[in-house]
Parts: sequence; C-alpha cells; structure tokens
Amino acid sequence: MSDEHNANEHDNNEPGIDQTGEPTNNGPHYSIGIDLGTTHCVLSYVDISDPDADEIVQEVLQIPQLTSPGVIEDKAQLPSFLYQAHEAEINEGETSLPWTAKPDYLVGEIARNLGTKTPIRLVASAKSWLCHAGVDCKSAILPNEAPEEVERVSPFQATSAYLEHLCCAWNKQHPEAPIADQDITLTVPASFDPAARELTAEAAQRAGLKNAILLEEPQAALYSWIEKSEGDWRNHADVGDIILVIDVGGGTTDLSLIAVTEEQGNLGLTRIAVGDHILLGGDNMDLALAYTLKAKLEKDGGKRLEGWQVQSLTHACRAAKETILSDDEADNIPIVVPSRGSSLIGGTLRTELSRDEVNTVLLQGFLPEVASSEQPVSSARSGLRTAGLPYAQDAGITRHLAGFLTRQLNAIDDLNDITLPENATFIHPTAVLFNGGVLKATRFADRLMDVINSWLNAEQAPNARLLTGLDLDLAVARGASYYGYVRKGKGVRIKGGTAASYYVGVESAMPAVPGMPPEVQALCIAPFGMEEGTKEELPNDEFGLIVGEPVRFRFFASKTRREDTVGARLDYWTDEELEELDEIEITLPEENHKTGEVIPVHLSAAVTEIGTLELLAISNQDDHSWKIEFDVRSGEE
Amino acid sequence: MNTRLYNIDLELIPTTIDLYHVYLLTAVFALALTVIILLFAMLIGLMRRSKQATQTSGTNTEQTISTTIPKLEPEVKVIEKIVEVEKIVEVEKIVELPAPEPIVLKEATPDAALQLLSLLQKEARFIDFIKEDVNAYSDTDIGAAARVVHAGCTKVIDEHFNLATVRTEQEGSKITLAEGFNAAEVRLTGNIVGKAPFTGSLGHKGWQVTDIKLPKLTAGHNANIIAAAEVEL
Repeated sequence: MSDEHNANEHDNNEPGIDQTGEPTNNGPHYSIGIDLGTTHCVLSYVDISDPDADEIVQEVLQIPQLTSPGVIEDKAQLPSFLYQAHEAEINEGETSLPWTAKPDYLVGEIARNLGTKTPIRLVASAKSWLCHAGVDCKSAILPNEAPEEVERVSPFQATSAYLEHLCCAWNKQHPEAPIADQDITLTVPASFDPAARELTAEAAQRAGLKNAILLEEPQAALYSWIEKSEGDWRNHADVGDIILVIDVGGGTTDLSLIAVTEEQGNLGLTRIAVGDHILLGGDNMDLALAYTLKAKLEKDGGKRLEGWQVQSLTHACRAAKETILSDDEADNIPIVVPSRGSSLIGGTLRTELSRDEVNTVLLQGFLPEVASSEQPVSSARSGLRTAGLPYAQDAGITRHLAGFLTRQLNAIDDLNDITLPENATFIHPTAVLFNGGVLKATRFADRLMDVINSWLNAEQAPNARLLTGLDLDLAVARGASYYGYVRKGKGVRIKGGTAASYYVGVESAMPAVPGMPPEVQALCIAPFGMEEGTKEELPNDEFGLIVGEPVRFRFFASKTRREDTVGARLDYWTDEELEELDEIEITLPEENHKTGEVIPVHLSAAVTEIGTLELLAISNQDDHSWKIEFDVRSGEE
Repeated sequence: MNTRLYNIDLELIPTTIDLYHVYLLTAVFALALTVIILLFAMLIGLMRRSKQATQTSGTNTEQTISTTIPKLEPEVKVIEKIVEVEKIVEVEKIVELPAPEPIVLKEATPDAALQLLSLLQKEARFIDFIKEDVNAYSDTDIGAAARVVHAGCTKVIDEHFNLATVRTEQEGSKITLAEGFNAAEVRLTGNIVGKAPFTGSLGHKGWQVTDIKLPKLTAGHNANIIAAAEVEL
C-alpha cells in the first residue's frame, strides 16, 4: 500500500492493461495461491501492488502451527490433518496459537503426530471425501472409524479449518493486508466434480476468503513452470505440442493434457482433457513397501508386528525409498524400527530395504511396463461396500495413464494446429511435465518417461520431452499465486473451460412398460469447454416443478463427448462415455406460491467467475430463478 | 479572554498591602512549599531505591508520589513542574554512572536447552540412547540404534539450525591470518610467538550457526518434561 511506485508512463507492450485501471491503493496488494492438498497445504504469494513490475517475487508463507502440545513451529507446509483430542489428553493452555488461546480444532503437524499413535481420533484425507459420491460432505462423518463418543466433523468443516488456520497465519504476519482483501487462488484436482468444486469454494467463503477463485492443480503446475522459466518457456514449447501433466501427490494422481496452439502470432495454451479422480499416490507406495518388510520381519522373527511398528516402518520406508530411487549407489538401505520403551538399543528391529524390493514393489507394482492399449483393472465393487474412500483398485499408474490417453484420442479434434498420425490409437503427448513429491525420485520419473516413450515408439512417434525446473513440492501453490498475476493480464493464460460436458437425466416420453423403469434420456445442459463467466439456457425443454417438494435429477458428466451442444438428448450411451455423478436436487420455496402448485421452468447452466458450475431453474412465468443444489449427496444408499 | 483583568505589571512595587496582594503572596509561598516537599519526596525515594536496588521496592516511592499528587491537583501549573523535577532526577542518574561497571555474565535461559533436548529425544531418541548402558550390547545392536539417533539428530539440526563452516579452506592447507583477525572465530594453537600476520595449517575448519529457528512455547508449557510418559489404553 505504502510502497506505491511512481509508474513512468511506458506502455509495456501489454495494450490491454491501462495504468489507471487497477486501483493500487485500495485493491489487493497480493495474489495468494493456496494449494489445498490431500496431505499438505501450502500458501504462496506474489506482490501485485505495482502494475508495472515485470519481475515477480514469489514467497512461501511460513505457517506457525503446533507440533506437539505447547510447542509452536513455523513450517512451509501445513499437514492437512485434524485431530479431535480427548479432554484428558492435553493440558489447558497447551494448544494456544499466536492468534488464539484455544483453537476450535487441532490441525497441522500436531494432528498428524498425535494421530500416528491414536488413529481413531484423526481426520485425514478430508479432500478425497469431498469428491466421494454417496456421502453428505456437510454431515459429521469423520473420523470415519471412530468410536461413538469421538466428536465428528464433516469433510467440509475440516477443509474450512485448514483454510481458517492459513488465513489466521497470514493475517498475523500481514496485519496491513488482511487476507479477505487479497486475490486468492485455490487449487483443486482437475478431476474434481462440480459438487466438490462448489464445496471447496464454499469452504473458502466460510473461512473469509471473499475473492477466492479455483484453479486446477495440473494447470497450476504448468503456470509454475512458465513462471520459473522467466520467459524462456517459449523456447521449450512449440505450436502443436501436447503437454501431458502428471501430478502424483500423496493421495491422488491427477492427469491433464494441455495443447500449445497459435493465437494471433503468439503461443497459446489450451487445456484439452483431464483424467479421472484416482485415489492413488505416494502414501500407497510407502504402505506397500512397509507391508513387504513387515512380511519379511514376521517370517524371520516369527512375531507379529504391531500397528505402531508398521507405522514406524512406513515412515522409514518413505525415506529409504527416496534414497534408493534417487541414488544409484545405494542398493541396500538399513531400516530400523526402534522399540517404544526407553530402551533403545535392546528392542530395535532391524531389516533392510533392497533395490530389488523397491523395483518389484514400486516400479512393477505402480509403474508396470504395459502396452498403451491396456486399461486399469476394475472388478465390480461388492454390494457390501463399507463407507470408506473409493481407493483405486488398480495400483498401476501407467495403466491409468494408458487408459486416459486412449480415451482422449479425439481431444484435439477441435484444434486446427495439431493433428495426430492416422495410425494413432491414443493421443500422443510431445512433452511431459511432472509434479508431486513422489516424482522427485529420478528412477520413478525415468520409468514413467520410458513407458510413455515405448508407447510412442510403437506408433513411430518421436520421444516426448521432459519439461524440467519445477519445485515438485511447492509448484502448485507457486503456480496458483502466479495465476493471480496472470489474471491481471500479464503472461499467457491457459484456456480450457469445463473439462466435461454435463447432463441431467430426464424420462423419455414413451409408453410405460409395466415392471420396467422408464427409459432415461441424458439432456445436455452444459457443453464441453464452457468458459468462466458464460451461461447457457435451455428454453425449449420445459419441466414442471412442484412447489415445496424436492425434485431430484440424475446428473451425468462426460469427459469425452465434446460435440454435444446444449439441449442435445442422448438415448443411449456407454458407461465409459457418461459417468453418473450424485443426484442434484431442487426445492421450490413456498413464498409467492401455493404448496403443490406446478411451476413450469427451464434449466440454465453457468460457469461462475470462481470456477464453479451453477445450475438454475428459471420460471417460464416470470423471471424467478432457483438454484439447483449439488451438495445434497445421496447418503441413504 | 479576560487577560486584561489579570494583566499585572510586575515592575510595579505596591506601596500598600491590599488583600489581593496578600492572597498572591500566600499563593506563591504555598506553591514554593509544595515544590520543596515534592523535591524532598523524590530525593528520599531515589535514595531508598538505590539502597534497596536488589529488593526492587519501588512501590514505596510510588506511594509517596501518589500521596503528594492529590494535594496539587487543583493547580495545573504545579503538575507541569513535576515533570521538570523528574527531568532533574534523570540528570542525577546520569551523573551517578561513571562508577566502575559491574561485570555482567550472560546467563543462558534453560528453556532453549530443554527445547533442544526435547527435540533430540523426540526425533532421535537421544536421551534414551545416552542413558543406556552400551557395554551390555554388541556393536551390531548399538549400530542399529545409532542409525535412529543419527537420522533423528540430522533432522533436528537441519530443521532448526543453519550451519556453515568458519573457514572455507581445506583442512590441512596453509592459511594466513592478517592482523586484526577475530580470535573468537579462529583459535591459534601451538607455537604462538611473534606478531600478525600469522601463517599456519588449518586443523579444523570450525562451525558456526548462521541462523537458528527454535520452536516457540506456549505460556503454560513445562519445558522440563522432555518426553512425556506414555500410557496406552
């Protein structure tokens, strides 16, 4: 605010920006990027108060957090964990933070630490629950397997709690620039469905982030790469490139394809496809290794390992894995599980993690060398599914990748600059960008590149290039804060719009057949690639809604049907084409109408500036409109 | 406003003593008296304070001041004078200073040391390791435990301290120390004769902490508990 620069009136080849257009004094001072990860949150920020600055300085907020009762440390990452402490567990006053004497929830490092020894009170992976069909994300369901007396929170509350912690940490350190007044970019997985995006945006609102918008994580990673290259990226990307972004985080794997096109003589970027929501990440790998070693120890020692020992093994495996996968010299890493008592030397368990084991378990288990035609294996889920998270059934990331690339073969049909060879059976990426801590291990990255290149070579296509230079742990947050800067009109912006087309299920007008459910048609209400700030209406499809009664629609999304326009009706589709999401619900309020009255409405879909999808029912009698809710999850199945 | 009314020519020497002047005189005397009382009170207070410096019994003087102030409350001018009196006292303090400075030894706060121990115990099981009788175990067992200690200590040191060497030269190489080098940074050993510049071989490159980042503690935290006892239910 105070350090307002005296802008010398040079028009810095950005004709779209006028010098006076941005109020530097009252407008946001910072662009803040928040990576709301499954296992960690990171906040990065850029000073945007000077509209003429061409160089940007990015910083990562040091987040004060409790690490154990009574101890507060500053860390760049806030672990996304929440712990419901028992009243006898922690003394009064030992949970105070710099901004509050008694926080509502314990979050961050302390939650993770306490949770390793008392998992029944730990809330983890709240983010994955947000995108989990079949549960109400606003009902208190976590910790999932806790005994009755443990107070539960909803995934939504947990997400808000992490955001609130970040907000307080920011406000404490920047009292002159409250976070509510800054530009905020929150990242979400590209595979998040509309309901999960809406919940994230709402959590941000609740935490006091008024100006928060959403950005897909793989896009954020690419923005970070662009920012880090300091303009040099144009020498590493060319018109016709298809960049495959592979983001393997702690709990999820996120895939996106971004095409490099030409726009008025400049390079443009278009996100053309996103993958499915795959609950598979680095934590699965550590666990897989730990169970391998557990089996080995139990065979040698003949004694069953206890839960805390497996925890400790998992921890040790994470470090050992990184060493083996990054250092070609290290073949055997000793793994030690210390005893729990104060006798350290006598009670330790010793074993070794060998390169062969890492190769078998991780490279062959998670990154098998498969053909590009393979699909992830999924057995039909058993009817008695417990209410846990729908973890990926096939651990083979390469199989998920192959399936994704094959499914997206037609993703570039709308682009003029790019064509695939005639014989292509999958979309050919020409460049690959990695993100996520797991891919820091060079052997992992090499293996993925080898597999992708083997697919390309089988179809006589050249090898894909690896785009380097990212800080794999912080890239998403950094890219998000850079995006705020891009939104000011600086630098290239990735286009894309919605990564799916959306449909509601309507009963087709057919004579009813006794004993058979009526046939359902899918009515397209939002086409693929709808841009932010646009709106589509379906005036020709009229529905009668009964006032006061909730009306439910089946709701579908397709990541591959790009050609459907608004109002298109599908009579038939395959399971691969259309994915059924949670039902959407609308209840017309009784104000101005009588209960039971039928109001003719038509539907409308809009993509908000925030980046969420908004569905409305608009009255055909007057201009009244009602919001159709996503987040009523059908919990009663 | 009514300045005219009270505009008194001081050059004028009254020939007759009227009531007005009697009043003026008594007022002046009263003022002078209170100032003198105050001065004495302050001086006495100051003397007491310097006598009982270790007992920090400043409350006495504060009391004397607070008892004198109410008397003067109606007279605004007098309060202004208190400020002046205090200024005089400050000057007196400075005058006292030239006495030989006492030698102050820095006393390390125990909290930081306890914190470090707690961190080392948490991450590296440091106290457990040190408190154990190593003679009872084989080198293999000790080696296994040492890995836990080493890995944990590395984590603690890396997270909380920025370490750098004092000298960047290779150990064993010849280095020359110019005159005025910092004896705290470089310690001379062996044949120390003559004058700087000194030339010798670097035996140890030294370590220095360039940055330290210790956790903060909440007000009620008992740092003496390095590791809490654990009871599993």
